[in-house]
Amino acid sequence: MASVLSVKAPAAAAAGAAPGRRRRRTAWRAAGFVVPAWIYVLCFYVYPLVSNVKMGFQNYSISSFYTGSAPFVGFANYTALFRDPQFVSIVTNTVLFTLGSLAFQFALGLALALFFRRVFPLNGVLRSLLLVPWLLPLVVSGTVWRWMMDYDSGVINQTLLHLHLISQPIPWLVSTNTSLVAVILVNIWVGIPFNLVILYGGLQSLPEQVFEAAAIDGANAWQRFTRITLPMLRPVILVVLTLGLIYTIKAFDIIMLVTQGGPANSSQTLTTYAYNLSFNQLLFGQGAAVGNILILVAIVFAAIYLRAVRDSGGDRR
Amino acid sequence: MTKSSRRTLALASAASVALLALAACSSGGGGSSSAPITLTETDYYTGAPQTSQIAGVLNACGAQVGVKVVRQEVPRTQLVPKLLQDAAARSLPDLVLADNPDLQQLASTGGLVSLSASGLSTAGLYPSIVSAGSYQGQTYGIAPGVNDLALYYNTNLFAKAGLTPPKTWAQLTADAKALTSGSRKGIAFSAAATEEGSFQFEPFLWSAGANLNDLSSPQAVAALTLWKTLVSDGYASKSVVNWSQSDVEAQFQAGNAAMMVNGPWQLPLLNAAAGLHFGIVPIPVPAASDPAVSPLGGEVWSVGRSNPAREAKAVAVVKCLLSPAQAVQWSKDAGYIPSNEAAAAQLAKSDPQLAPFIAEVATAKARTAQLGTAYPKVSTALWNALQEALAGATSPQAALAQAQAGA
Repeated sequence: MASVLSVKAPAAAAAGAAPGRRRRRTAWRAAGFVVPAWIYVLCFYVYPLVSNVKMGFQNYSISSFYTGSAPFVGFANYTALFRDPQFVSIVTNTVLFTLGSLAFQFALGLALALFFRRVFPLNGVLRSLLLVPWLLPLVVSGTVWRWMMDYDSGVINQTLLHLHLISQPIPWLVSTNTSLVAVILVNIWVGIPFNLVILYGGLQSLPEQVFEAAAIDGANAWQRFTRITLPMLRPVILVVLTLGLIYTIKAFDIIMLVTQGGPANSSQTLTTYAYNLSFNQLLFGQGAAVGNILILVAIVFAAIYLRAVRDSGGDRR
Repeated sequence: MTKSSRRTLALASAASVALLALAACSSGGGGSSSAPITLTETDYYTGAPQTSQIAGVLNACGAQVGVKVVRQEVPRTQLVPKLLQDAAARSLPDLVLADNPDLQQLASTGGLVSLSASGLSTAGLYPSIVSAGSYQGQTYGIAPGVNDLALYYNTNLFAKAGLTPPKTWAQLTADAKALTSGSRKGIAFSAAATEEGSFQFEPFLWSAGANLNDLSSPQAVAALTLWKTLVSDGYASKSVVNWSQSDVEAQFQAGNAAMMVNGPWQLPLLNAAAGLHFGIVPIPVPAASDPAVSPLGGEVWSVGRSNPAREAKAVAVVKCLLSPAQAVQWSKDAGYIPSNEAAAAQLAKSDPQLAPFIAEVATAKARTAQLGTAYPKVSTALWNALQEALAGATSPQAALAQAQAGA
């Protein structure tokens, strides 16, 4: 959207100097470019969003689908959610999943980015190989992880058993204690390339002279990292973390593929819970309510992200 | 862009709009008698051999009625959500093959055609499947074939261990223990967080004397305690919480389990497996005198609302699909029991493998018999309890009490 609007501005400015008829024609033309985009946004973003917000306040039952009528029930869907004993554990799962994934993705991504900044043979090849998790369709990697984490015959348990690191197979996906850890591990693996690429790009743009000057002044590697790299990388870090947060909090496919939120809802997060409510339990109103809560959270972090981008843009200029 | 090319473009787009409109008329109309009607069909038979057989049966019946049937298969868990979306868009498939416990819920939307009002008879069918297909006194779904659950056992392993197939829960646990060795488990079953998990647990629940209205009864706790013991003592894999019934079949076929709980629809696959020898007995019961009660499985044909002409054609196709010859042949190929009692009795005499299933189907219980449209919700609570007890540290009592509170 933003790009379409910014195209319109110079076109209108140019039309200002032209005669009246031409100006009108240019305005029509400009509208011709903008209107399809607006129709698209209205149909595919605004309408579903408004419907979802509305549905959160309705008792949307199965027959509502056929008859099209669903009574408004105020905040009943939300109070039902908050009274659900599972809701607290699902919110906790979401927080643990998001923070756990984010912390390790970022730490490992940054470590790898620093590592690849050095010049060594096969650097480019290795770096491209690390992008593979990002390039693979999630359905493929999720299914493979599911096989690898199989309790009885998965390659992870078999390897650990043969190395005598464990005496009993780890019930990755079949115990309520480990399933959340399992999906977080998979999600970390999926998220490292994103962090690596953005942070590596940020590191490349840092001026070499500053590091040389610091080295001459006697700063050791750790001091250069904490006093120069991190502060100069701050805008990029902010962008990576806020974007990562939005991506992680809305993660759905990876959980659905690896555990389906189970066993016994132990790896259920707000996104999978919303799906489960709407499409398994057919409580569309409550599912929409969970979706609305997620939208609110995402809007808050999106605002933070937009600010961060604006600030970092200002810094560079 | 030149003026002439612009005009050509305009003409071309006008022509394509007209074509689209024509196409929409021809596919949506169906009122005209000259153009052949194309009916849509949706089912969830994604696995072999049912998926190829249903295609053949549909073609045959379509040809007989003089319509073309376009089939769409979706995964089991997505069928009901998809049908609801279709209902919202007033574009339900003309023919729907739905799981029998979902039928009443679908009928409650008002989107299905009453088959009894359309002149289809359910005379001679098992009363349990007739009741599962009825909603508010009308028949909305009729099954060509039904199924239930029994215990499969690997005859080679039983012979080697000198065991006889179990009849009671105590024998089941003892046999499972004796047959567990190394990577092979004594028994496999499905405790998945889907309808399959509830379906597999229900024979244990019901033969213990519990019912779906009171999930936390001592009898229900006893049934879940049996499953929990099998898993926590290692006679069944911890993976049962993630296994579908076809995963269970794969484990049994690969020799990773000496017994399994499963239905007759696995017979075509199992019979095709080389070197596998197995027998079938009714699901073990708490004490030898207790009756075995299996849940009634099977899918019912129903007709989605459209316009009278299409509905009439769809009803004609369903009539053909349910005709004794088609239903018996289809049941045979797919490993189902004909829903017609007389035909089933006939089959029991000629097919010893199906005999235990047919013996049980007479007393099998429709899952919606007691609860009607409330069944799916109770079933969800039940499979959550299975998962809580088998995958976590929750006791069967606590898990079922929680389920009863949420049901």
